[in-house]
Amino acid sequence: MFDVKKIRNDFPILNRKVNGRPLVYLDNAATSQTPQQVINVIVDYYSNYNANIHRGVHALSQEATDKYEQARKKIQEHFNIGKSHEIVYTSGTTHAINLVANGFSSFLKQGDEILVSAMEHHSNIVPWQMLAERTGTILKVIPMSLDGELEMDAYEQLLSDKTKLVFCNHVSNALGTINPIQEIIDKAHEVGAAVLIDGAQAAPHIKSDLQALNVDFYTVSAHKMCGPTGVGMLYGKEEWLNTLPPYQGGGEMIAEVTFEKTTYADLPHKFEAGTPNICGGIAFGAALDYMNAIGFESMSEYEKELLDYATEKLLEIEGLKIYGTAKDKTSVISFNIDGIHPYDIGTILDKLGIAVRTGHHCAQPIMDFYKIPGTVRASFSFYNTKEEVDILVEGVQRAKSMLL
Amino acid sequence: MTIEEIQEEIVDEFSMFDDWMQRYEYMIELGKSLPLINEKYKTEDNIIKGCQSKVWVHAELEDDKLVFTADSDAIITKGIIAILIRSFSNQRPQDIINADTDFIDEIGLKEHLSPTRANGLVSMIKQLKLYAVAYQTQLN
Ligand SMILES: Cc1ncc(COP(=O)(O)O)c(C=O)c1O
Repeated sequence: MFDVKKIRNDFPILNRKVNGRPLVYLDNAATSQTPQQVINVIVDYYSNYNANIHRGVHALSQEATDKYEQARKKIQEHFNIGKSHEIVYTSGTTHAINLVANGFSSFLKQGDEILVSAMEHHSNIVPWQMLAERTGTILKVIPMSLDGELEMDAYEQLLSDKTKLVFCNHVSNALGTINPIQEIIDKAHEVGAAVLIDGAQAAPHIKSDLQALNVDFYTVSAHKMCGPTGVGMLYGKEEWLNTLPPYQGGGEMIAEVTFEKTTYADLPHKFEAGTPNICGGIAFGAALDYMNAIGFESMSEYEKELLDYATEKLLEIEGLKIYGTAKDKTSVISFNIDGIHPYDIGTILDKLGIAVRTGHHCAQPIMDFYKIPGTVRASFSFYNTKEEVDILVEGVQRAKSMLL
Repeated sequence: MTIEEIQEEIVDEFSMFDDWMQRYEYMIELGKSLPLINEKYKTEDNIIKGCQSKVWVHAELEDDKLVFTADSDAIITKGIIAILIRSFSNQRPQDIINADTDFIDEIGLKEHLSPTRANGLVSMIKQLKLYAVAYQTQLN
């Protein structure tokens, strides 16, 4: 049985007050909160076995290395990844995408094409723009409909033998749309293009089987799924990771160094230069354990209930419009009220202890598409409750009456 | 009135309210009465960077005094500008340059002064002072 009361007890931060009121945390798409179980792992690391990994002969270093590599195995299991060395620890999704973009820039040629979806996060647009500028490749955009769904017919037409890469998020952070990535991947492969799926927003809600998806690259940020900030993963198919040149030079990523030549270490160390976020990696593994113990199915079922309830209640407010009404979406609601700037609503909600995000959500092209300056975004997690939805709805109503 | 006197007056007005709701409601009222900028000055150049909402400010010298007009697409932001402009407008550039803005803290709007806040109040103050510096140079 999914027991939200019991689950909430795992999250100490949910007990705090903001502006004199109990915190209602609805900014989960930006970063999720951390359960005590994960906090304990972080404390344990620094209290008992903090050491540099892969380098020491001493016991602490060995323990830290073991735990860090065990966490990699947990990630492997969770995402059903074929080989653990196909997992590169990164500082998060942004780092992972830059690593791939940098690698591709060494073999893309003038005239090659890259497809990017119209609903990308800036971290999935800017690296490709930089790459396109460097290499003379052409960036093309897969358009979307007013509902916030990708136009799959247009996508097919954009694909050709010039297409080398397709980039798309699994779930849009601004709209919550769950994109049909299996179809996107399969179609891209038919023309020989590689596919990178940004899983930052999907991983907290959907347990993906990366082997079944047959995706070439997949990225995750731990801080969006009950883990700490500053750690994440890049999954890359072995062939691809072997093909891509290293991203950063440094310790750990080398096999041999002379002043004439350096040979690189095997995967994944070739991409893991320098001392990584050791504690973060271990805590990432603990976060996956935590979420799996609850179960992704019951979590997403519950989140869907919250989403439906919140959608229904919010739409009862006159003048409220929801952006992103795809059939398949995660528990994200982006909205505006006629005649009110989203920033004003966010400011009043904050006064009421309700944390939402306002602005363009690092997805300015989406805002330009709808011709709005931004939205208010409430994003729900499995530890949110219907009572909190009610507090949000009341807060929005109050903001509306103050602001109009 | 001097800038200081005006600021004291604003602090007095806000001291009548005992909760944030009333303060915000008053600020929103002030925002609605902001001396509006002439539409032709609502240009990209006049937009203050660092705000989630758009803020335009225009400055004009009348005799030896600087007159500000402004607008924003967010009403709370507009309220804050209205408060700032009330204290800075119709003042000599040198006085504007010398003025401080601690009164924002005193009227319970300190959170808006945080440089990390996306409303750009800090850049707004900087911009008003930059205008003053520019016009002061012109007067010299
Ligand atoms: C879809 C998407 N991609 C990428 C990112 C960037 O993730 P990070 O900041 O963890 O690198 C985010 C986070 O906001 C996101 O929502």
